[in-house]
Amino acid sequence: MTGPAPAEPAVGWQAPEVELELPGLQMLYTEVEVRRARSLTGGSPPDVEARLRGLSNRVRGAHAIGIRREPIPAAYRVFFRQVGIDPDLQRTPIEAAVVERMLKGGFLTGGMLDDILLISLLDTGVPVWALDAAGVEGPLGIRTSREGELLGRSADPPLLPDGRLVVADAGGALAVLFGERAPGHEPRARTARVTLYAVVVPGVPALYAEEALWASASALLAD
Amino acid sequence: MIEQSQSVADREQDANEEPGGGMPPFDAPASPVFASRASIATEVGRATDAERAARATLRRQIAKLEQELSGLLADRFPFLAAPPAIAAAPLGAASGPRLPGLGELEAVRDALAARLQELRTRAAQRGEHERRAQELLERMRLEPGRYRYYRVPVRDLGGTGCGVYEVRPRHGLIGMLAGWWELTLSSGCPLGKGSR
Repeated sequence: MTGPAPAEPAVGWQAPEVELELPGLQMLYTEVEVRRARSLTGGSPPDVEARLRGLSNRVRGAHAIGIRREPIPAAYRVFFRQVGIDPDLQRTPIEAAVVERMLKGGFLTGGMLDDILLISLLDTGVPVWALDAAGVEGPLGIRTSREGELLGRSADPPLLPDGRLVVADAGGALAVLFGERAPGHEPRARTARVTLYAVVVPGVPALYAEEALWASASALLAD
Repeated sequence: MIEQSQSVADREQDANEEPGGGMPPFDAPASPVFASRASIATEVGRATDAERAARATLRRQIAKLEQELSGLLADRFPFLAAPPAIAAAPLGAASGPRLPGLGELEAVRDALAARLQELRTRAAQRGEHERRAQELLERMRLEPGRYRYYRVPVRDLGGTGCGVYEVRPRHGLIGMLAGWWELTLSSGCPLGKGSR
């Protein structure tokens, strides 16, 4: 893979109530121009597929249980508990990926963008999400949802429960933290620019998130 | 430098004074009403800080318990299965990421502690089971004649796979008649399609 170097990630803002309650939580994000000629949701190029196959061979059964004691996945598990999510009910991204690998016998391709994000997750342990950059207004950050707030700006957006931790821009909530993205804000097949973001939780060095963003952005920038 | 300091001090003094002049700053104890409001605000602030500190402590406890729980499960896999998930509520409105209050954090901490206690008990029981199996195996090795046809699966010793230690007669019938007993280890898991 060759291409221009991705831009340095920006640090997202945080609402005061989040900053006070969850010190150490941080969001990093970067905007990337997609240089790959293929569709983002279509099949992956050979280099990405080969990488996914290699990772499938590297991850084995005992890893699915052992991963929870590795520092980065453990930090996300702990954070899930601290924000009211039971990681045994809603798995952390890395655990969910490894369990999927066990159930399906390999990391199956889910489209080029998903594959690229999965590879960076497996390499670093830090999950990266993508939004259509055209639908992002101003800097991204983390806050709690307000009463009656809607998720996204599409025609029929779902209602958010009050006090939900969300990823938001100047215009409103775009995704639930570690959860679903707003309908209409996901990158589509021919999206030209995507905003990638990673959530750094206490115990995870920001370097890992930077690496995850850099790897994902580089893969999208490659010709 | 002295002049500059003086001008800064003057500006601060000006800022504290009402435009009309003469009124004291809001937090000055000029009236009992102001004084009580200020003290209430201070008390509320203290209570908020104390609650926040309590939540931070609970979060640290949750982190420690979660790490211990994960470590125990990973160490004792596959002999110790994870107990059912803590949250009884189904996935839905109440299950997403939020800033839990004191009560909710306490409930999570208590549930994790109970879970860890249960796992520790089961781990201790399992450890005792393995210790007894190891002792029996040692006796079988030392005196095979006394433990004829005794079997100890490798899994009972904390290992993985399908191997089984068994005391069997050497050379079949001849060993049985001659009293030649030995400890053997079976070759492993049976093949899925049989031997042929």
